[in-house]
Amino acid sequence: MKDWRYWLAEQRGTLLAFGIFIVMFIIYTSNHPAGFTANVVQTASNKGVLLAFVAMAQTLVVITAGIDLSVGMIFLLTNCLASWLVIGTGIETAFGVVAVLGTGLLCGAINGAIVIYGRLQPIVATIATGAVYFGIALLLRPFPGGSVNEDLADALTGRLFGVVPASLVVLLAVVLVVWVPFSRSVLGRAAYAAGSSEMAAYMSGVPIRRGKFAAYALAGLLAAIGGLFLTFFTYTGEAAYASGNAYTLFSIAAVVLGGVSLFGGKGSAIGAIFGALAFRTIGDLLFVFDFDPLWQPLFQGVILLIAVSLGAFALFRVRNRLEWFL
Amino acid sequence: MDGAVPLFRMEGISKRYGGVRALEKAELSVTSGSIHAILGENGAGKSTLIKIMAGVVAPDEGRMMLDGSEVTFASPAAANQAGIVCIFQELSLVPELSVADNIVISDPPKRFGMIDRKAQRRIAEEALARAGAADIHPLALVKDLPLSRRQMVEIAKALARKPRILILDEATSALTAADVAKIFGVLKRLRSEGLALLYISHRMNEIAELADQCTVFRNGRNVASYAAGTKSDNEVVELMIGREYSHIFPPKPVRAPATAAPVLEARKLSWTDRLDNISLTVGAGEVVGLGGLDGQGQRELLLAFFGVLRGLSGQILIDGKPTTIASPAAARDDRIGMALIPEDRKTEGLMLPMTVRENLSFAALDRLSKAGIIDRAAEQRLIDDMVGLLAIKTAGLDIPVGALSGGNQQKVVIAKWLMRQPRIILLNDPTRGIDVGTKQELYQLMRKLADQGAAILFYSTDYDELIGCCDRVLVLYDGAVKRELVGAEITERALIASALNIHGEEMPVRGMAKTPARGADA
Amino acid sequence: MSETTIGGIAGRMPKFIRRADPAVLTAFACIVLLLFLGSLYSRSFLSPEYLLQQLKVASFLGIIATGMMLVILLGQIDLSVPWSVATGAMMACAAAAYGPVGVALAVPFGIFCGVLIGIVNGVGVAYLRIPSMIITLATNAVAQGLMVVYTGGFSPQDSATRAMRYLATGFAIPGVPNAVIIWALIGAAMVFVLTRTGFGRTVYGIGNRERAAYLSGVDTRRVVLIAFAISGGLSAFGGVLLAGYASKAAQSMGDAYLLPSIAAVVLGGTSILGGRGSYLGTVAGVILITLLQSILSVMQMPEAGRQIIYGVVIVAMLLLYGRAPASR
Repeated sequence: MKDWRYWLAEQRGTLLAFGIFIVMFIIYTSNHPAGFTANVVQTASNKGVLLAFVAMAQTLVVITAGIDLSVGMIFLLTNCLASWLVIGTGIETAFGVVAVLGTGLLCGAINGAIVIYGRLQPIVATIATGAVYFGIALLLRPFPGGSVNEDLADALTGRLFGVVPASLVVLLAVVLVVWVPFSRSVLGRAAYAAGSSEMAAYMSGVPIRRGKFAAYALAGLLAAIGGLFLTFFTYTGEAAYASGNAYTLFSIAAVVLGGVSLFGGKGSAIGAIFGALAFRTIGDLLFVFDFDPLWQPLFQGVILLIAVSLGAFALFRVRNRLEWFL
Repeated sequence: MDGAVPLFRMEGISKRYGGVRALEKAELSVTSGSIHAILGENGAGKSTLIKIMAGVVAPDEGRMMLDGSEVTFASPAAANQAGIVCIFQELSLVPELSVADNIVISDPPKRFGMIDRKAQRRIAEEALARAGAADIHPLALVKDLPLSRRQMVEIAKALARKPRILILDEATSALTAADVAKIFGVLKRLRSEGLALLYISHRMNEIAELADQCTVFRNGRNVASYAAGTKSDNEVVELMIGREYSHIFPPKPVRAPATAAPVLEARKLSWTDRLDNISLTVGAGEVVGLGGLDGQGQRELLLAFFGVLRGLSGQILIDGKPTTIASPAAARDDRIGMALIPEDRKTEGLMLPMTVRENLSFAALDRLSKAGIIDRAAEQRLIDDMVGLLAIKTAGLDIPVGALSGGNQQKVVIAKWLMRQPRIILLNDPTRGIDVGTKQELYQLMRKLADQGAAILFYSTDYDELIGCCDRVLVLYDGAVKRELVGAEITERALIASALNIHGEEMPVRGMAKTPARGADA
Repeated sequence: MSETTIGGIAGRMPKFIRRADPAVLTAFACIVLLLFLGSLYSRSFLSPEYLLQQLKVASFLGIIATGMMLVILLGQIDLSVPWSVATGAMMACAAAAYGPVGVALAVPFGIFCGVLIGIVNGVGVAYLRIPSMIITLATNAVAQGLMVVYTGGFSPQDSATRAMRYLATGFAIPGVPNAVIIWALIGAAMVFVLTRTGFGRTVYGIGNRERAAYLSGVDTRRVVLIAFAISGGLSAFGGVLLAGYASKAAQSMGDAYLLPSIAAVVLGGTSILGGRGSYLGTVAGVILITLLQSILSVMQMPEAGRQIIYGVVIVAMLLLYGRAPASR
């Protein structure tokens, strides 16, 4: 086989997610009353990018065969924090951004420490830390409010050269600065190896713990970037429990759509990004077809149900029933 | 040791797992530029010894000297740093990563802090070439490779680490003959380059060809070290088992073959590429053996009968009637009355943390219950019967079954099925890894069950067992029945010849018989 | 989630009362400690009225946690609890609007809706082999979507039937709230099922090693399906009682029960990996959590503080005794 075939096989999930997204986006824009305009693209990308960041965060943890049910709450917490700190002069704003991102990193690191060094199951541990993060968010913003440096917010949610949505550029930058180095680093490979076969990785002398820890910590950072963007988008901070939960849930849907294996070791954050964009677009299809917005939660739930059931088709190829139990 | 200073030395190494003593004051010296073979029965402590050497487990006591100074390894990575690399029996490759990723996994080449993929690829290609496996593409995912190719990757991976001491634990078990020849060439070259090699194998002919020095382990101790070629195979076997090797098998009944109508019959059974047109019959009171090299479809055949496989073609007949068996639940149903003693008792036969009692009655809960409620008195009676019948040694019925010895665990697996009084009993290599005494008991039990009218299909990797226990033996090769041996035809020679799918009767095989080559990979 | 358990399968027995199970003992010790701390804060903390009131509040969580425990024993998890609770409550109230037949069938209908959600979960987990965490999140979203469509996004106007209110707040036996009696009955049934029936044994067996259970000729998929259906039904029943307690259903009434129900089960010593745990532990976990909530609210701790303390306490207790065995 030629090299490109191996590359193609490796990227199949990502390419599939990309395909789904493109098809959905074409349906969306071609039925949108305003059509394919810079404005429509800008709005869509701003909404999509929020979920994309959270989905990237989820990807990092899922690659290690774990799960982070607190990403949505880190997202909320950093949103509330940003509505206090990312304001004022340029220096103050910059300091605020660093503080917000540092908080996200810390939250992720706490998750990682509890799961890896505390040896607790990721599900329970992150549900519990999620409660803590939500509590802190609620302390920060018992009621919706606060403000943000609007110049920065407008710049990052606006358009570059009048055409390109700035949020997409930021997303690309984050991919290049966070994801690409991580996935090609020793730690990133350790995260993949640990997710695929922890025993084999251990036998091979891979730094499993550090790799997994880095994945959890960076997941916190990525969720914080999402939270920051939410603040830029809404100009306020709000600790809405349902919203945090929804983002956690949608991040899992996006990861699945993006071809990341929930059993670990396989997939890429880029796939998850397209998964997130596709999921958002599908959810918004209801609007362009003039459905009652009340149907949106149901619609999204059904998409999620279908997405997670898709993997089950592989079952029909299983000829040896013992493989069910691997 | 020939006056040479040992490169590596272990002294007084002991290790216990729970109450089980795996190693007791073991000693070992390894010299540069030589191949050192380690021999011993299953459970003699070989695996524990090399795990300690490779930093996978920590010894309870004893010390290790490298170049004359004491060392301890906190992890496999630490052992690798010191130049000790091990190729494990259970493969240590990460399935979702590529071959190249796996080869450099412990110390990937870096550029600007990131993994340098070009350099990685180069290293991988070199290592594969050195291992004589240049046919493997470095970008292929390990999970897509067949077992024999994975083993070659494993060897390439070890070579890429530039070891000073290379440990091979049954590293050739899944290889084809051509691969084995290549690997031997590689190993001899490494020896001439001054490496110390530690070679663990059950195949006496391999050891005879390769080794310079041999050490025999028994019950966690090293019992003898000698220069290769100074002892005969029989002497070595005696050292390994500590006495004359002889099984006592129960006498076989003299009978007219296959007069009774078969209880279990297969007609032209095929499944994917693993089973090929298999036809066989097993009558009541008969013990039919399945022979052949490991991995020729024996396991799949048993699973097919037991309702685990989908997409079978051909027919299964019970009492002469065509029957579809869709699940183990259907197979154990009274209409069929089948039982399967599975391959791996720890993951397929038992729930290790659950009690002996719960495990014993698990397959018979439906019979012991009225309206779903367990009749505990009836359960107790049946369990007492079984514990008595099989002489299961346990400190109590309410201790976890995982605390029992391997032989007693296997007895529990068998007892749990006998509680249903099955008419058809399928056994998948039931004596693997259990002690000699228990083996004898199982042979007796098998014959007793057959005499009581059970139809028994018995797969074993131990040819002596097939010879001693079976009325007939079907030898499988590449998923098909190659030969049927009846009564006096069942000899070691015939078994091995047909297992290798050759017709000559003049096989030079003493030694291989004990340890049939695992899957000469078709 | 591959757990490296090289030498770590320490023998534990899934029996109802284990001699000195450290987890259950710790949970009870924490209950005593909380009562002690509470009594320092307020005298009335040890009064029978207050304790009975706590038991009544605990019984809603107790019923929901019973279903959760069954699922966790299988090595699975049910994250559809929030909207199973809300669906049960809303559908029971909705049925009440359909005349006397509706009123009569309100309670069973609510439970039935929960069972339906559980069946979808069970089919997904057992037959489609979708990870339970994922499929139950998805059914939770679907149930939420259905309820949002049904109620128009507001809390429904239908109110609970008298039977629902009686079940939740009445006294069939003087001095003992009905909710407590119901929990006691469900708990007794659960203990019986887990210890005396083939179904219960099979649940433990699957939780320990599904492969071995399957090869023992047990229809493991059916058992998993039934367990999820029971979990869904019990969640919905909890919701029905909660609606009776508050006289009506509300949009996010179930949100407050997901984390506590998992926490109660796990704090009671049930292994999140399945196969090990006793109902006594779950009872201890439920009471522990309820007391903790009560003390925090007596201290007039705001919601934010409660969430934080909650999460911290759960992590801390799990770190004390809920850890996976160390590799090596």
